[in-house]
Amino acid sequence: MSTAADLGRAEDAGPSRLRTAHIAESLLRWRELAIALALLLVVGLTAADNSDFVSVTSLQQLLSGAAVIAFLAIGETIVIITRNVDLSVGSVLGLSAYLVGTVFQHHPHFPMPLVFLLALGVGLGCGVVNGALVTLLRVPSLVVTLGTLYVFRGLDAVWAGGNQVGAYSLPTSFNDIGYGTVADVPYLGIIAIVGVGVATYLLHAARPARDFYAIGSSPEAARLAGIPVARRVFTAFVISGAVSGLAGALWLSFYGSVDSTAGTGYELEVIAAVVVGGVAIFGGSGTVLGAALGALLLNTIGSALVVVRISSSWEMALQGALLVGAITFDRIISRSVVPALQTRRSTRAARV
Amino acid sequence: MQPESERPVTPAAATGRTVSPAGALLRPLVRWESALVLLLIGTVILSTQLSANFTRSGNLFYIGLNVGEIAIMALPLSLIVITGEIDLSVASTLGLSGTIMAWLFAHGLGVWPAMVVALLFGVVTGAFNGMLVTRVGLPSLAVTIGTLTLYRGIAQIIEPNNTIGGFPTYLTNIGIIPIPHTQIPYSVAFFAFFAIVVGVVLHATPLGRSIFAIGANQETAFYSGIRVKRIKFCLFVLSGVLCSLAGILWTLRFGAARYDDGTGLELYVVTIVLLGGVSIFGGRGTIIGVVLAVAILATLEEGLTLAQMPSQNQNIVVGGLLIASVIIPNIGELYGRGRDRARRFGAGAAGSAAATAAEAPELAP
Repeated sequence: MSTAADLGRAEDAGPSRLRTAHIAESLLRWRELAIALALLLVVGLTAADNSDFVSVTSLQQLLSGAAVIAFLAIGETIVIITRNVDLSVGSVLGLSAYLVGTVFQHHPHFPMPLVFLLALGVGLGCGVVNGALVTLLRVPSLVVTLGTLYVFRGLDAVWAGGNQVGAYSLPTSFNDIGYGTVADVPYLGIIAIVGVGVATYLLHAARPARDFYAIGSSPEAARLAGIPVARRVFTAFVISGAVSGLAGALWLSFYGSVDSTAGTGYELEVIAAVVVGGVAIFGGSGTVLGAALGALLLNTIGSALVVVRISSSWEMALQGALLVGAITFDRIISRSVVPALQTRRSTRAARV
Repeated sequence: MQPESERPVTPAAATGRTVSPAGALLRPLVRWESALVLLLIGTVILSTQLSANFTRSGNLFYIGLNVGEIAIMALPLSLIVITGEIDLSVASTLGLSGTIMAWLFAHGLGVWPAMVVALLFGVVTGAFNGMLVTRVGLPSLAVTIGTLTLYRGIAQIIEPNNTIGGFPTYLTNIGIIPIPHTQIPYSVAFFAFFAIVVGVVLHATPLGRSIFAIGANQETAFYSGIRVKRIKFCLFVLSGVLCSLAGILWTLRFGAARYDDGTGLELYVVTIVLLGGVSIFGGRGTIIGVVLAVAILATLEEGLTLAQMPSQNQNIVVGGLLIASVIIPNIGELYGRGRDRARRFGAGAAGSAAATAAEAPELAP
């Protein structure tokens, strides 16, 4: 959903951009704090009802459960920052999880690093398909990834048929990744934290990564500034695919069994987490840290519902309501901040 | 490749692009719809090859039955996409409406009043989408991804576990018996009726021209006195109502409702709309194209089902068709865009003028 409407952003470049960026940045800082507070609130209220909620085991479960979604959110955040969307993440996860499962089923002693390379590879492949369709053929990412969501899932279904790979087929060392802990912190949590940390640092510091923000703020201005827009957007989709592929292996280590439906509907959970985490759906702003906190918040709310004996069937509606609430909130905030800038922009436009 | 006659504003005016003289001569002949007719003939031949049962009498009924509700949902979505927006919550609205109707019926309300309430809920869900898009000014993609989850979630809250059935037989018969003396299922009759109404409104009334104008250039439309927000809002409400109707028909056809009815149908609906030649960027499309796309998808689905391909695997075909239906017109555009870029380097001013004009959403108060 880019092209024509984006051309107009070319006018934005200049000093006002810096101030917009500054305001947006402080709002985002505030957003991460707000999510952290909301998280504490949910945990606190639930713990007041049932203190087991803050036991070590329960907290480990919360962290592990959110880890896969948080991991997927890294790639989705980058894609959304470039003003695109990747709806195929759940299907890529499913494909990679089933691949890893089948490999172990047939070769129980397959070396562990190679398994993760395989998962990464299948994800990369899917990401390349998405990226190529979006950038070379200029098809809107919404349509491409809605299509590949079903194509990848369909390939998974053709391949798997009704087959299921159970936990008994997986080596213990692999299952340990999903359940093991270091100093009471689960491996999955550590992996997600490291992933989010690296992505946060790179998005902040690496020049090519700053291009993602520039493209999302104004694709046309980015192009005029000499940024290789197509190549960067392609990279964003490849990263998202690769991350989803890796997430497939992590998913399998956590859940222990896999069939052709693994990760169905994850795209909605990931987008909800990313948007609740303060990443603007129209691109140009947001952080991986916020998205990861969003994932943790949504997962914690889901678990808290069960603890306070509200039926878990409320989880989906709450997720949707939070998503809609978050974008509405963002819009209202930006409406109260932006008017001054808006006036400046229209005078500028009038002058042209 | 797109229907030329339906452009209220020529593409050259909207995007600063020009059409070559040879292309202008050829384009009326190479309409998207003629390609669809050929594709339809192709799928019919393919389906008869895949299974001898395809041409069996009575099969027409099943072909229509499988696609009726999806086709109904594709009509309002076509209008929404023509205005440059999207509604991904269609399948969830279908599920919610069926669940509400069945739940009310199971709790003692008559079946007809239950249907009316379900339709009213369709007004509410559509109005909620429309309000967030037009009044709050949110992108429809984000809104409807959110309400896709929200509406499905509400359906799950209403009845999380059970399948509710027990509707009167004279109603559930619509899943077995066609309209007397024909092979037409009731859902297809509804689709035909609404297709004619929507087609006439879109192609032969000022309202229809306004819808195209909004999609071609929202700002120009706004300053021409078109009530952009009101029209968009009404289209979302229409989508809610027709999706609810589809939900009622779906529930009656299967004789029961569950909250996850129709999960993932948005793929089929969006595929029909885009395959039908409606541009994802807005401003172009025809109802004839959408009707042809319905026929193609219905034939293909029935052919593949008769060839005993599982429905999960059919998703590959539908997903591929969706991508192809956007790629093919784009290849033509890309060719033009390449030439255009070469030209723009000569005269950079045209590009920036078009750029200023394209910044519509911010300016409409």
